[in-house]
Amino acid sequence: MARFTFPLTYPRTVMTSAPDTALSGKVLAADGTPLKRSLNRALRRQKLRALALIAPLLIFVLVTFIAPIGDMLFRSVENQIVPDNLPETIMRLESWDANGNEMPGEDVFEGMYVDLALAAEKKVHTRVGSRLNYEESGMSSLFRKTGRKVSRFETDAYEDALRALDPIWKEPATFADLFQNAEVAAALPFAARTWKRWSTFVTEEGDDPRTQKLEPYLSAALYYDLRDNDVPASAPAHLKAADALAAEITPVALIPEFLDAEEDWADAGNWRVIQTYAGNYTNGYFLNSIDMMKGVDGAEMRPENERLYITLFVRTMIMSLVITGSCILLGYPVAWILANLPARTANMLMILVLLPFWTSLLVRTSAWKIMLQQQGVVNDTLVWLGIVANDGRLALINNQTGTIIAMTHILLPFMILPLYSVMQTISPTYLRAAKSLGANNWTAFWRVYFPQSVPGIGAGSILVFILSIGYYITPELVGGTKGVFISNRIAFHISSSLNWGLAAALGAILLAVVLLLYWAYDKVVGIDNVKLGG
Amino acid sequence: MADSHAEDAFVEFDRVQKSYDGENLVVKDLNLSLPKGEFLTMLGPSGSGKTTCLMMLAGFETATHGDIRLDGQPINNIPPHKRGIGMVFQNYALFPHMTIAENLSFPLEVRKMGKAQREAKVKHVLEMVQMGEFGGRRPSQLSGGQQQRVALARALVFEAELVLMDEPLGALDKQLRETMQFEIKRIADNLGITVVYVTHDQTEALTMSDRVAVFEDGRIQQLAPPDQLYESPENSFVAQFIGENNTLEGTVKEIKNGIALVQLDGGGLIDCKPVNVTKAGERTRVSIRPERVEFDKTRLHADAHTLKAEVLEFIYMGDIFRTRLRVAGKEDFIIKSRNAPDQVRLEPGSEIEIGWLAEDCRALDA
Ligand SMILES: Nc1ncnc2c1ncn2[C@@H]1O[C@H](COP(=O)(O)OP(=O)(O)O)[C@@H](O)[C@H]1O
Ligand SMILES: [Mg+2]
Repeated sequence: MARFTFPLTYPRTVMTSAPDTALSGKVLAADGTPLKRSLNRALRRQKLRALALIAPLLIFVLVTFIAPIGDMLFRSVENQIVPDNLPETIMRLESWDANGNEMPGEDVFEGMYVDLALAAEKKVHTRVGSRLNYEESGMSSLFRKTGRKVSRFETDAYEDALRALDPIWKEPATFADLFQNAEVAAALPFAARTWKRWSTFVTEEGDDPRTQKLEPYLSAALYYDLRDNDVPASAPAHLKAADALAAEITPVALIPEFLDAEEDWADAGNWRVIQTYAGNYTNGYFLNSIDMMKGVDGAEMRPENERLYITLFVRTMIMSLVITGSCILLGYPVAWILANLPARTANMLMILVLLPFWTSLLVRTSAWKIMLQQQGVVNDTLVWLGIVANDGRLALINNQTGTIIAMTHILLPFMILPLYSVMQTISPTYLRAAKSLGANNWTAFWRVYFPQSVPGIGAGSILVFILSIGYYITPELVGGTKGVFISNRIAFHISSSLNWGLAAALGAILLAVVLLLYWAYDKVVGIDNVKLGG
Repeated sequence: MADSHAEDAFVEFDRVQKSYDGENLVVKDLNLSLPKGEFLTMLGPSGSGKTTCLMMLAGFETATHGDIRLDGQPINNIPPHKRGIGMVFQNYALFPHMTIAENLSFPLEVRKMGKAQREAKVKHVLEMVQMGEFGGRRPSQLSGGQQQRVALARALVFEAELVLMDEPLGALDKQLRETMQFEIKRIADNLGITVVYVTHDQTEALTMSDRVAVFEDGRIQQLAPPDQLYESPENSFVAQFIGENNTLEGTVKEIKNGIALVQLDGGGLIDCKPVNVTKAGERTRVSIRPERVEFDKTRLHADAHTLKAEVLEFIYMGDIFRTRLRVAGKEDFIIKSRNAPDQVRLEPGSEIEIGWLAEDCRALDA
């Protein structure tokens, strides 16, 4: 009810409640509620309706755009696969001196044995290997091959010994009950953690750990704990017996087993990589993106021959600038003509400008291949005209020239359209005024017309530059090796090398560069100086 | 025509024609010459070719035929920027990306004038148009009237001897327009510049100009000082266009002693001054100003012809009374009388007799 009376009483209310303002500091509506609240209530409905109208787009953008970008940014620093799967190794590597060239001792191999065996059972050891392989090649095969052989290590000996001692050790329930006892679990932490990881995995697979066949590394972990720690008084008798036994068994040497499987385990460099990439999050992808890596003493440059990305970033920037520049040079006169022609003719010609949009990008790019190749139309014409010698045909494709030519052509409409729409709003009387004031044609253009067309150049340049920075099909097709962009590398990492973290980091840097340029543009030219339409 | 002689002409149009499309002449045989220091207004309905004339003078359009001379020199082949003609555009055309001071300094810069001198001139001209404090603003931060002043200043700052203005006050409200009319006239007189001014507002033309050229359909219908134009229109277009006017149609009965006797189509005989009629039997349209109509018989010649009229409407307008009459079958005959203590207020419905001095009633072309 109040809502309906409100608008009617609004002016009177303001008048009559004016003295209230002085007293209470609040203007009251007719029904006694503060005017502000009444107004808000009246506006809320409008706001909700507006929100409902944009909701579909908002949700669409959130789901398809913002969320993936967030995911990408997350991926560029995320490293959980290593700490998730190699926790025992990482823990033991902490005290290892990475600076020495010595490989780690037996204890680290014990951790690695359990981690790797569990990972192999989960079938994730190859993924861990691939992840580490991004940082050090060879890691992938190291993990793959060893993962295959880890089940054939001599470590069954521990299991056999326990079972020989007491058949109860054959029962998975024995282990399950054992670690229910908090005191035991605390005394035998390695075994307890290993049991927990294994039983969690088994449960996830839909099986019951109390009946599942036991894996040898469970007994191995138990043995290592019994060897190193004392069992508490509350421990069951079979555990006390096993503890006594542990002192007598000769341990299986793991280093030879590992080296037998794959001798690269002796390489301290590999262990260093694991130690370096032990965290849940890493800046490694980002370092990699700028040709750096995590060395022993923090970040350092990669060796000369492995550097790639800075060159690519710089090349992408420079070539995008060149493309933007050529689009301005070619597009400005066209837009000018269009803006100064009668509307009918201008519309006709505008269709020609837009014509490239009507052919597929691939077709156009392939056409450029035919045009620009050594035996192509352009070279033939130049030879025929005698401008270049037959044996001196120009290399116009599969290099930077090819990329610049083709991209300029493809992006030209994005320059012409905003230029045209801005120029259309510049009245020709300004030029006349300038001339009547004594300016010759050039001065009138440069001092009066051009500055007013700058917003169009700005809008067109932002469009062309941002589009070209992220372009990848055309450089891929006509760029050869010297004419590819950073986006080609991103695409490569996404679809071929599957190093999504690096791709994400490269993408994030690209995004940051674009935002930075946008910010710089805003500072220099002013973003409200950009006009996309009249 | 009461033209000035060609020898002392500063601006001269000599048989100028202009066509945009090669089919229609927008300007037909324009002859016009004005001496230095004159304020000449081109007045005419929209589309009558005024702007075209101005643009030809400024150099933005070329004459299809004929010569335009400035100070005796043909300027057909001189590009606009070398003509040194100041120009004020209807929408001011102030450069939006420059401050007021930069706008004003622009014509001086392109003339390669030193910085100190430029600044002095800009300051001076800004003060002349009373815009001294606004040098640092952008055009968009000024009101229409202020922009108008700046546009004027910009046309004057490089000391052009000839300034063209194309409906410069068209976008202003009435009060501002009147102030600016006075202001422009004052400045032009002080500087002694020659002005060609275009407007479609006859009051503006009459109050500002030394002479007015009435345009219609690409021709000058009459070129005369304002008072002559008002009191002695040479044809019925000018009579209609300038000021309020009563028109009656009829046939000349006889012309005797410089007075034409006209038989009106709606009945009645009247005395007129023959302007465009020469002999009996010609059709004519007679024109009489509302304030020259007399309805007090005692103030007319005893033998003057009079017409019967019926009062239809009486409108009190403060300084004047405006009365609408039915005369010779027409219901839009207006008379105006001054609001004086002894003035009669005519009652609607009453029958009166009206008359006038023969020289106030002009027998023009039909
Ligand atoms: N650039 C042009 N192209 C073609 N016709 C034009 C052009 N400028 C004016 N005209 C025509 O010429 C005639 C006179 O126009 P103009 O000189 O602008 O008249 P005014 O200024 O008296 O209103 C008009 O009929 C107009 O349509
Ligand atoms: Mg005009």
